[in-house]
Amino acid sequence: MKFLLVEDNPDLAKAVCDRMHLDGHTIDHAENISDAIGFSETGDYDLILLDIMLPDGDGRSFLKRHRDQKRDTPVIVLTARSQVSDRISMLDLGADDYVTKPFDHEELQARCRAVLRRKAGTAQSVLQIKDVSFNPVAGVVTVCGKTINLRNRELRLLELLFNAPGQIFPKQKLVDRLFSYEEDVSENAVEVYIARLRKHLEGSALKITTHRGLGYRLDHD
Amino acid sequence: MTESPKVSGSLRNRLAVTLIGGASLLAVLLFLVVRTYAAQIAQQGQDSILGASVTSILDAAVLRDDQVEIDFPYAAFSMLTTPAHDRVFYAIYRDAELLSGYADLPLPKGSDSGERRYQSAEFIGKPIRISTASRTLLGADVKTRITVSVAQTQDALSDRLNAISRNIASFGIGFFVLVVLLSFWATSSTIAPLNRLATSVTRRGPQDLSPVIKPVPTEMLPLVASLNRLMARLNQSLTQSEDFIAEAAHRVRTPLATVRSHAETTLQRVDKEQNRQALRAMIRAIDESSRAAGQLLDHAMITFRADQLEYQQLDLVELVQKLVLRLSPVAEMKDIDLRFLGDQPVLCQGDPILLQNAIRNLIDNALKYSPSESAIDIWVTSQPQPQVEIRDQGPGFPIDEISDLAQRFSRGNNAAGTIGSGLGLTIAQDVAIAHGGKLALSNHTGGGACVIFSL
Repeated sequence: MKFLLVEDNPDLAKAVCDRMHLDGHTIDHAENISDAIGFSETGDYDLILLDIMLPDGDGRSFLKRHRDQKRDTPVIVLTARSQVSDRISMLDLGADDYVTKPFDHEELQARCRAVLRRKAGTAQSVLQIKDVSFNPVAGVVTVCGKTINLRNRELRLLELLFNAPGQIFPKQKLVDRLFSYEEDVSENAVEVYIARLRKHLEGSALKITTHRGLGYRLDHD
Repeated sequence: MTESPKVSGSLRNRLAVTLIGGASLLAVLLFLVVRTYAAQIAQQGQDSILGASVTSILDAAVLRDDQVEIDFPYAAFSMLTTPAHDRVFYAIYRDAELLSGYADLPLPKGSDSGERRYQSAEFIGKPIRISTASRTLLGADVKTRITVSVAQTQDALSDRLNAISRNIASFGIGFFVLVVLLSFWATSSTIAPLNRLATSVTRRGPQDLSPVIKPVPTEMLPLVASLNRLMARLNQSLTQSEDFIAEAAHRVRTPLATVRSHAETTLQRVDKEQNRQALRAMIRAIDESSRAAGQLLDHAMITFRADQLEYQQLDLVELVQKLVLRLSPVAEMKDIDLRFLGDQPVLCQGDPILLQNAIRNLIDNALKYSPSESAIDIWVTSQPQPQVEIRDQGPGFPIDEISDLAQRFSRGNNAAGTIGSGLGLTIAQDVAIAHGGKLALSNHTGGGACVIFSL
């Protein structure tokens, strides 16, 4: 996916960009509203991540302009404000959703997917490996022409593996991506989800192989 | 809550009492003065007739052969005829000897100067007015003094006085009534601007701290001016507090977000288990401090707002539905089913921002304590009062601490390992109480916590 990040704090912007790159997304960074306007009018973005307190004005004015121009790129607001004190709701101004800083990247991703899912009609990329196709935004998986229902964690696990077939994922990294840091889970928890995915993928050309001491890998015939 | 101020008298009553009291005093004074004056004039009339009668009798007296002869002129008594048939008495003395008339008719005291003298007295049980005069008659060698007294009862006079009094009294009462009506009108028109000011200040919303600009009478100007200054100060301090809270949140949260993002990204890159554990602990600490900071600020804001709720009509179902929609991505990440039940609108009065915050905290709590792949049920009902019920399939509340959980910073002893500041339930309870409702915590029989937030 292609993101536009509007954020004046360079440290935070760098951290967010790094993380997005790591997940295989493209991201442009604008430091203020005028840059943001320039980027958003020339680039073709799937999603805009917008900070509210910016050096040359309030992010809400960008939002208003964006909506007044009938642009339908979804906007997720990154706010540091208290919920109670924000008397004018971002959502009323045309934001599709918001996350409160500091935010969990997994949650941000989940919200991005939810927003894109709601925006039906937007072109959505479908990944295909052999006889399995996967639409990460809609969460639709088709195995041998048959659509199957996956739970959220199964989807996220599949997405990770699907994005890098042939790469070994250590159990611990999978745990970090699937579970929140609040939860105290052992590495074995991931085995449950691997087992379920394997069951779903039965009969297809894809299989998840275990590499003892190293982790899991998505292979295909 | 605000204490109602002590009452010391009423301006309206004070004004009315002053005006009506003054009017009644004036009416009584008027009555007395006019009546006294009328009585004096009436008395003067009677006196002059009595005097004329006495003079005409005295003039008729002659001394003949040492004998006093009086031929009573007809007019002397006829002039005393009154419509009330007053009785007339007389007495004629030659020196000290009674010649004719009533011997017990009182004589005036004091020296006899020959002038007419008048006095009031009582005779045969009736008030009378007596006129007395004397004259010296000179004979060949005799010199004698004749004294004549004529008296008359005062029936006609008092009849006339009573009639006059009645007239003055009705005039006085009319005057009094008129003044009372006028004073009621005057008091209410004087008090009216005060009442209008009070109404316009009372009717304002809690956020309306603009100055009073309607024209007011000069006397109220100092009051209104200081009221406006007070509101300006209040407005300023409110804005400052809100700005401060927003600014504080911004200052705390932005660096935390930076640290968290870096930590998360680094966690994806390092392999050494020791480092990974340190990073995870770091992220947890960040989450904990940001949640605590957020809830502390929210709590401050709520305490600050609870005194002046911004009531409006709202649909509880719609409000909760929006929250559920907003929280569902978070629930999905843990594969938790957020099930919402309730389709009929549940209308109630409340402050939407506070209600949202409170219910959000409750759903957040349920999400935090629910295991993966479980469900949270949320009901909104209007009976017996508008309420939101949230049931999860988590461990439930520790039964012996259930009553203390809503206290500030108190957390259940099974909450170890879960991030929280212990303010979520306090916020929800404070909001419920500010709306006149309550927060009820229980565990349901199937296991799991059940929270009922009612208005």
